[in-house]
Amino acid sequence: MTDATAQTPKIRLTNVHKRFGAKHVLQGFTLDVMPQESVVIIGGSGTGKSVMLKCILGLLTPDEGEIEIDGQPTVHLSNSDREAVNAKIGMLFQNAALFDSLSVWENVAFGLIQGKRMKRKAAKEIAIEKLAQVGLGADVGALSPAELSGGMRKRVGLARAIAGNPDIIFFDEPTTGLDPIMGHVIDDLIVKCVKEVGATAISITHDMPSARRIADRMAMLYKGAVIWNGPVAEIDRSGNDYVDQFINGSADGPIQMELRKL
Amino acid sequence: MNPLRAIGAASLRFLAATGRLTVFALSGVGHCIRPPIYPRLILRQMVDIGYYSLPVVGLTTLFAGMVLALQSYTGFARFSAEGAIPSVVVLSICRELSPVLAGLMIAGRIGAAMAAELGTMRVTEQVDALETLSTNPIKYLIAPRLLAGVTMLPFLVLIGDIMGVFGGFVVSVYKLGFNEQTYLINTWNFLEAQDVISGLVKASVFGFLVALMGCYHGFHSRGGAQGVGAATTNAVVSASILILIANYLITEMFFAT
Repeated sequence: MTDATAQTPKIRLTNVHKRFGAKHVLQGFTLDVMPQESVVIIGGSGTGKSVMLKCILGLLTPDEGEIEIDGQPTVHLSNSDREAVNAKIGMLFQNAALFDSLSVWENVAFGLIQGKRMKRKAAKEIAIEKLAQVGLGADVGALSPAELSGGMRKRVGLARAIAGNPDIIFFDEPTTGLDPIMGHVIDDLIVKCVKEVGATAISITHDMPSARRIADRMAMLYKGAVIWNGPVAEIDRSGNDYVDQFINGSADGPIQMELRKL
Repeated sequence: MNPLRAIGAASLRFLAATGRLTVFALSGVGHCIRPPIYPRLILRQMVDIGYYSLPVVGLTTLFAGMVLALQSYTGFARFSAEGAIPSVVVLSICRELSPVLAGLMIAGRIGAAMAAELGTMRVTEQVDALETLSTNPIKYLIAPRLLAGVTMLPFLVLIGDIMGVFGGFVVSVYKLGFNEQTYLINTWNFLEAQDVISGLVKASVFGFLVALMGCYHGFHSRGGAQGVGAATTNAVVSASILILIANYLITEMFFAT
């Protein structure tokens, strides 16, 4: 690998803007994520974290700015090129977003059967293997998503996200709605799976203990832009009042004061 | 607000919605004819629309035929024209009642179900998940429903035609005292291929409209349970209105002199 290749970010967002009517959600979002790095985006509700992920996935089109994956601009891709790019990406949705009409193993194997045109039998074997990787037995594969608990749904969502051995994995609030023990289990699975697959990961969360467990680097999003970005070990001495207030969960600070002004 | 401005704004909204619907419909039709196709999904939708709707369409048209015979008798008896009842029943059923009633019943049963299912998939991010799994949601979700709607409504209407005529026959023979053979001969003699074909063409168009409205409103629903509820209502109402408009236009096309 050349030095130039080694320095090419896996994902690069440059000055990305996204508006919904009068609401300016992303206001010049800029971030580089290096290969095999695990970056956690933290920030309050409504600051644009999920919108940012949807822009990378092509579910939303930015109004301005550029997004690159492996150095390739992705904002104006054709449908077939977008499908090829998304084939490199796995995603764990906040509520897992499992398909109700399919069994658990069919959910996990979905991308292999529909996206990669794999035979059902071979895809089922991989699905069972991935379910085992997230701690679920083969018997769970035959169940329907409605029969699963919240923690099991997250595990199945994680198995689906890693089923295609993606280069990039996104985690949208992976521990939301889980008890602390199950949250910890999911965090450990995320770290283990990302390392085993050798993927680059972006996670978004409000949950600071979870963020510290899964991140190599953290970025704080405030009013649609990154206001701090650095290694996880440095976040406690960021010197940024907004970051300090957020990670300490304090009611007093610049974020609260601005809310009071409204 | 200035009334002209309000009218202008409403007109722009209507045109924008019509444009969005047209693009959605063309995209859906395009995916129906371009590979890959999903035979399993198409078959599942065909069973949902065709097989499971048989009782509701059969019963509706059966009783429509029975009532039609009864009401026609009341009117025609005043002019001693009871002999026209078989032809009135068969033509009304095949040309109008069977396709329209089947279309409206399917709009209530299937259009609502499609909007609710797709709306729920939208608000629970399942549609987004499809895209992240390199699967085009229009091809995977919409095209099979459109194909099933277009092909299964004619089948249902054909069954509806038979049930409606049978309903008229039962009332005419067992309640009004018609001769069985005469009734059947009169029914057969007055029926032309065009009467049945026009009903089947209508059914195909109605099937497309029901599936399109269910898919369009469900696919674009927003805002949780309330949004899904609104999508369901809009799907049924818009499909029903479009069925009645399309019915007039197709009738004009086939039978205007």
